[in-house]
Amino acid sequence: MSKVRLLVGTKKGAFVLTSDGKRENWEVSGPHFAGWELYHLKGSPADPNRIYASQTSGWFGQVVQRSDDGGATWNPVGNKFAYDGVPGTHQWYDGTPHPWEFKRAWHLEPSLTDPDTVYAGVEDAALFRSTDGGQNWEELSGLRKHGSGPHWAPGAGGMCLHTVILDPSNAKRMYIAISAAGAFRTDDGGATWKPINQGLRSEHIPDPKAEVGHCVHHIAMHPSRPSTLFMQKHWDVMRSDNAGDLWTEVSGNLPTDFGFVIDVHAHEPETVYVVPIKSDGEHYPPDGKLRVYRSRSGGNEWEPLTKGLPQENCFVNVLRDAMSVDTLDSCGVYFGTTGGQVYASRDAGDSWTPIVRDLPAVLSVEAQTLA
Amino acid sequence: MTIRVLLPAHLRALARLEGEVRLEVEEPVTLRSVLSALESAYPMLAGTIRDHVTQQRRAFLRFFACERDLSHESPDAALPEKVVQGKEPLLVIGAVAGG
Repeated sequence: MSKVRLLVGTKKGAFVLTSDGKRENWEVSGPHFAGWELYHLKGSPADPNRIYASQTSGWFGQVVQRSDDGGATWNPVGNKFAYDGVPGTHQWYDGTPHPWEFKRAWHLEPSLTDPDTVYAGVEDAALFRSTDGGQNWEELSGLRKHGSGPHWAPGAGGMCLHTVILDPSNAKRMYIAISAAGAFRTDDGGATWKPINQGLRSEHIPDPKAEVGHCVHHIAMHPSRPSTLFMQKHWDVMRSDNAGDLWTEVSGNLPTDFGFVIDVHAHEPETVYVVPIKSDGEHYPPDGKLRVYRSRSGGNEWEPLTKGLPQENCFVNVLRDAMSVDTLDSCGVYFGTTGGQVYASRDAGDSWTPIVRDLPAVLSVEAQTLA
Repeated sequence: MTIRVLLPAHLRALARLEGEVRLEVEEPVTLRSVLSALESAYPMLAGTIRDHVTQQRRAFLRFFACERDLSHESPDAALPEKVVQGKEPLLVIGAVAGG
């Protein structure tokens, strides 16, 4: 029988939540790495028992952990993220040049085909790759050395590369996003990169054709349509149907188009989920009501999903990597909050149940569907 | 020389250690030589006390021994004699900072 495993990263450790395919009863394991910030955990599509975890601390820096048994046991692997060559400078908050400094890995993206290959999106923004199971990391420096690098600037959460998407139909193509530089695409396996930010509009950027500078919060793609991308920008929900060459706004009737997460239904490439957040100054749902919004038309028309979610006095946030879907017949949708709840829907969002209510603030949720 | 090092709880957990670490370190016994021996014996600690590239002490960690703060000493300065003799441990302490 199928199983679902949720890998949950929190401010104070990692948790592994497991259920059979009914997704009614969940076993909770953790905290793993208690006391550390677990920015992201993700399993290898090629070997689901191979899981990588980014463990960080303001005191002790970066650690990468690897499990080869589905999260039961873990071992630290390599944590040396050294920028290629002279790192150079990017733009600081006040507009002055600031040297690139490694702070932490925000996102780990295992290869679709090789369990030993994994990508790491890090702060200060850069993309690293390991081909030996996380022991050694090498920067794909063509991204950072794109001519726009000196003009990249941090968002409020730091200058982080937080999104890495691998194209299942083209091993040479991948997408990344940086807050607040924007989105980039490579078509040659990471050697060279192209900014893909045309069509984005941001209040603080007067030039509508600006190559970089947009605060992209997250991007999602359905594997059957790898040239269609959905983006939650700082403000605005966007889509592109040409691999990011041009974006159009699909915020439509959302109550607010600020937010962090965005994801796509496992079997319906035009069904998209977001969690609207009131504003960049008030990181909680509008009116104290936690609502997932679903569009079945690829954007523009959105419906609120509220059944089982708190509809009063709810002031949590849902961070950019904290939503995921499983691939069971009735698509499961999961998200975690800064209030420590992890909500699950077994019916593609129609209704929700909290799996856990009182974890530390949730930073990331990844669902694995296991045979 | 056998040098005693006491690590913060999180680093002991990371290295799966209980209590003090005892390291064989050749003279001269300095912060640099002790940390190199520590990282050699426990590779998972590399980068957690001093930066991989710059070798600078991480900002929220401090080094103490014999009731002295050694955090701003040269990494090549000799450690106190009682540490060298194994009578006192070198303490790596996480700063009381953050929340």
